[in-house]
Amino acid sequence: MTRALFLIVLLLAASLPAHAQDAFLDALAGLAGGFTQQAEAAERLGAGGDPRALPVLRALADGRLLKRPDNTLLIRADAGVTEAATGAAADAAGAEPVRINNRVRVALRGAIGRLALVSPDAAERAAAAEAVYRTRSAENIPLLEAALARESVPRIRDQMALALAASRLVAADATVQRQGIAALAGAGTEGARALLLEARNATPALGPEIDAALVSLDRVIAVKRAAETLYQGLSLGSVLLLAALGLAVTFGVMGVINMAHGEFVMLGAYATVVVQDACRGIPWLEPWSLPLAVPAAFLVAGLAGAMLERGLIRHLYGRPLETLLMTFGVGMILQQAVRLAFGAQNREVISPAWMMGTLELPGGLMVTQNRLWVIVFSLVVLGLTIAAIRFTRFGLEMRAVTQNRRIAATMGIRTGRVDALTFAFGSGIAGMAGVALSQIDNVSPNLGTGYIIDSFMVVVFGGVGSLAGTLVGALSLGVVNKLLEPYAGAVLAKVAVLVGLMLFIQRKPRGLFPQKGRAAG
Amino acid sequence: MSTKGRLYLDGVSVVFDGFRALNNLSLVVEPGEMRAVIGPNGAGKTTMMDVITGKTRPTSGTVRFGDHDLTRMDEADIANLGIGRKFQKPTVFDALTVFENLELALKAPRGPFACLRWILTGEAKARIDQVMEETGLTARAGDLAAILSHGQRQWLEIGMLLMQDPQLLLVDEPVAGMTDQETEHTAALLRRIAGERSVVVVEHDLEFVRALGRKVTVLHEGTMLSEGPIDQVQNDPRVIEVYLGR
Amino acid sequence: MSATIATPTPSRLRLGLRAATIAVILLLALMPVLNRLPADHALHISDFVVSITGKWICYAILALAIDLAWGYAGLLSLGHGAFFALGGYAIGMHLMRLIGPRGVYGHPVLPDFMVFLGYTDLPIFWWGFQSFPYALFMALFVPGVLAGVVGFLAFRSRITGVYFSIITQAMTYALMLAFFRNDMGFGGNNGFTDFKELLGMPLNAGGTRAALFYASLATLVGTYFLCAWITRSKLGRVLIAVRDAESRVRFLGYSVTQAKLFVFVLSAMISGLAGALYVPQVGIINPGEFSPGNSIEAVIWVAVGGRGTLIGAALGAFSVNAMKTWLTTIAPDLWLFALGGLFVAVTLLLPKGLLGLLRGRRS
Ligand SMILES: Nc1ncnc2c1ncn2[C@@H]1O[C@H](COP(=O)(O)OP(=O)(O)O)[C@@H](O)[C@H]1O
Ligand SMILES: [Mg+2]
Repeated sequence: MTRALFLIVLLLAASLPAHAQDAFLDALAGLAGGFTQQAEAAERLGAGGDPRALPVLRALADGRLLKRPDNTLLIRADAGVTEAATGAAADAAGAEPVRINNRVRVALRGAIGRLALVSPDAAERAAAAEAVYRTRSAENIPLLEAALARESVPRIRDQMALALAASRLVAADATVQRQGIAALAGAGTEGARALLLEARNATPALGPEIDAALVSLDRVIAVKRAAETLYQGLSLGSVLLLAALGLAVTFGVMGVINMAHGEFVMLGAYATVVVQDACRGIPWLEPWSLPLAVPAAFLVAGLAGAMLERGLIRHLYGRPLETLLMTFGVGMILQQAVRLAFGAQNREVISPAWMMGTLELPGGLMVTQNRLWVIVFSLVVLGLTIAAIRFTRFGLEMRAVTQNRRIAATMGIRTGRVDALTFAFGSGIAGMAGVALSQIDNVSPNLGTGYIIDSFMVVVFGGVGSLAGTLVGALSLGVVNKLLEPYAGAVLAKVAVLVGLMLFIQRKPRGLFPQKGRAAG
Repeated sequence: MSTKGRLYLDGVSVVFDGFRALNNLSLVVEPGEMRAVIGPNGAGKTTMMDVITGKTRPTSGTVRFGDHDLTRMDEADIANLGIGRKFQKPTVFDALTVFENLELALKAPRGPFACLRWILTGEAKARIDQVMEETGLTARAGDLAAILSHGQRQWLEIGMLLMQDPQLLLVDEPVAGMTDQETEHTAALLRRIAGERSVVVVEHDLEFVRALGRKVTVLHEGTMLSEGPIDQVQNDPRVIEVYLGR
Repeated sequence: MSATIATPTPSRLRLGLRAATIAVILLLALMPVLNRLPADHALHISDFVVSITGKWICYAILALAIDLAWGYAGLLSLGHGAFFALGGYAIGMHLMRLIGPRGVYGHPVLPDFMVFLGYTDLPIFWWGFQSFPYALFMALFVPGVLAGVVGFLAFRSRITGVYFSIITQAMTYALMLAFFRNDMGFGGNNGFTDFKELLGMPLNAGGTRAALFYASLATLVGTYFLCAWITRSKLGRVLIAVRDAESRVRFLGYSVTQAKLFVFVLSAMISGLAGALYVPQVGIINPGEFSPGNSIEAVIWVAVGGRGTLIGAALGAFSVNAMKTWLTTIAPDLWLFALGGLFVAVTLLLPKGLLGLLRGRRS
């Protein structure tokens, strides 16, 4: 990234003809003159496109441009005072701020905007494109065309194109206006829609064309909305998937109802907090604290799970209602222990830089990166879980024990050990879910309570014992939730999903993917 | 001929995940008839009873009792039609006494409010006492069912069946785990019951079936293999093949 | 032939328990009287003790209701707090209507929160709540209907065991989310409070409190006899049979759905009544009452006392809550550990609860 910028600057510098530098210095001198001179100079600097002009004009606009009695211009900044022409450090003794009037101010604003459009700094260009878009003047058309030709960052290109289309809309020439309308029709934003509506009032002559453009624009917007909803739904679904996956193992495969499952998720989130605290201050380790937290959370929650199974749950096999109550109590104890150890307030987990920000997919769809990572992570965890059950020795023994404990035991499988490992495995997955949740939710002692009911719903909906069912169940519940939200509001959407699930169970008591065979009865 | 009280199965198939537990099975049991059903393990005998009592829905075929289509009724309704069942694995209510188990089974209105108002009349008590006598459980009336021996549990379940006063009894392996003496006693009991009602007895034990001395149906892989008196069936080469040879 | 008598003759333990229960009820009945004694009298009982005991009596009624469903019919409901809360809300609506123009905004009809939220008319479902009999009826009717619908759907499709528990938990969770919303018309987050009077008596007057206390105590005793009648009837034995071998009961011709529905609806209505008695005594009802934690805590009262025994359920409600009051004053941080520990200890070590412990020692 920095290298690319450096190259651009080099190219820019090389492409500037020698006399342009003189033009910069020539024009610069004008800033020391009267108001009329200043305004002219500002316009010339803006048109010249020399990157060095930008800090000078900004300084003038902010009242930080100083003039020594000998008319040398100086820039005052936090770092110190420099000479405007050369950038060399200078002495501010005897210098006074350059004064300007409103006419100069207007000229400055325009010039700064134009210069910023070709600034070497991407953020500045983006901001300038946004500013030009808002001012909307046909005068900016050539400027934007030039900037657009040079621009390489897709997101800024889109912004500039939008600004260009907006500027064209207000041009005097109908052909140019039509170009603007066509461009806006494909933009697919509410802003573009407002512009078109405005233009229809302003130029009735173009009415039919604008209406046609609006129709296609609305179609683009609708598709985009649907895609956004889908993304949000998938994102929620992947969270549900992570939370439910461990449950699909402990409850679905083993048949143990563990109400402390949510607390294992919470333990995983706190493991993330601890790992991050440990990595703080070690610069090369800091960005990797999150990946490091994944095995840590797996181990912490897995160990807690193994202890719970061996110490307590094992004594209650065959008594599901008692198991439910007992594990609920364990969940309470875990919550309170964490509350005393870490405090009741929320702990913040900082996302590493590589996970932050938004990503723009083709078509202008904006996706937040951390959610994308959660989706990817949940699918990876699902894949690993399936692989562990299908292809490992442990998975084989686990299936053997859950399908027929007695026969498995007679074949030399140590069923107790397999039980403990299976439960630890499911709990460990819950811990990994905690790592992901720490990225999108507050880490607090009751983090898990909000997810436990949803997780059970997912497992029951998908079909107890079926991992594919858990995947489909989680994603579809997530999407349905988000689809309902605009109509019913978040809370009622949740209520509606719960009620819908109850009705669904009426028709398919064993879920989407029922287990087969006698054992399922 | 009247269809009243007649059990009629025609072309019944039950498929579990592609496996045919019953395959185009047809069977008629006339009112008052006693029928023994034998067949190797996994032949589908229990599944047949499941189909009749509404526990399992047939994949295809007709199941009727009198004029009633049993495939459309639930377990309780079928039981109230007068079809009683003794399970292969004896199931009685462990937390209730022998007396209470029988009282629950006694034919009487079954709704919650009727149960709430239920008062044990002298007549009902006499009936319960009579059945306890018949099943040899009189001495254990006040004991929890949980502490009964295996054979006593079997009898308690048969006793519960009698209390229901059914028109048709389905009895699944009643003498499994019984001593010879107990087996004889059970056979006598079943013979006594029959006559007034239809009885279908599933059993492995050929001696027991011989002791019953009635028409026998042999089930194999979900279909009827042979039907007739025990001696005829025992000499049927297909039956011999299934039971002995391969 | 005495052996055929279904219920065994009362044992000495049973007689002792009966005597102890009667003694406790008489002592409870004496409390409001002792409260009236001068403060320096040796037998004086403080307002605090009386009011907290009144609360516990309501909890004991709830415990009886839960025990009827769980202990006898095997229906472990994790949503009975919702029925309790709905009963409370019904009576709360009545109390809100009785405030009349005495609210902060002085509106003659609308409760304060409605004025604040810009309502101009009373929502239809608030109509009629100015009448006490109607409110009391709704306190029973609404929980009953909800239990009827949820129960019918669940029992019909043979949802049993933990699945039923989870569904009832989801039910109370969904209701909590819904009642937190302002636009539901139930005061949102804050619920109802600042009640003034009930049946023409000011709520904060000593006499009113004593009356509520006696009403709760009478309801507790009445509920006990109702439950005892049911559990000793043949229906009680049907329920036990359903609890232990549900499918076998069907083959005897009983409709399991009907039996369960009967007991679940009745249990929900009793819970609603308990909530209706509770709210005037504590002076507030808000959506927090719907939180799943409340329901499951009530279940543990029953487990601690001994499920399947009515006295045990009530005993559990009193003892756990006494422990809660004591612990939360001396060491608040420890209470959740203790409660969690109770869940573990009772399920693992004391499956029959305190009463089972008593019995076990005797036999
Ligand atoms: N619910 C079920 N799911 C799958 N297979 C079943 C089920 N019930 C019975 N079967 C199979 O159907 C066959 C017949 O079983 P059953 O009727 O119990 O035989 P039996 O004649 O020994 O009583 C057996 O192979 C059994 O495994
Ligand atoms: Mg069988």
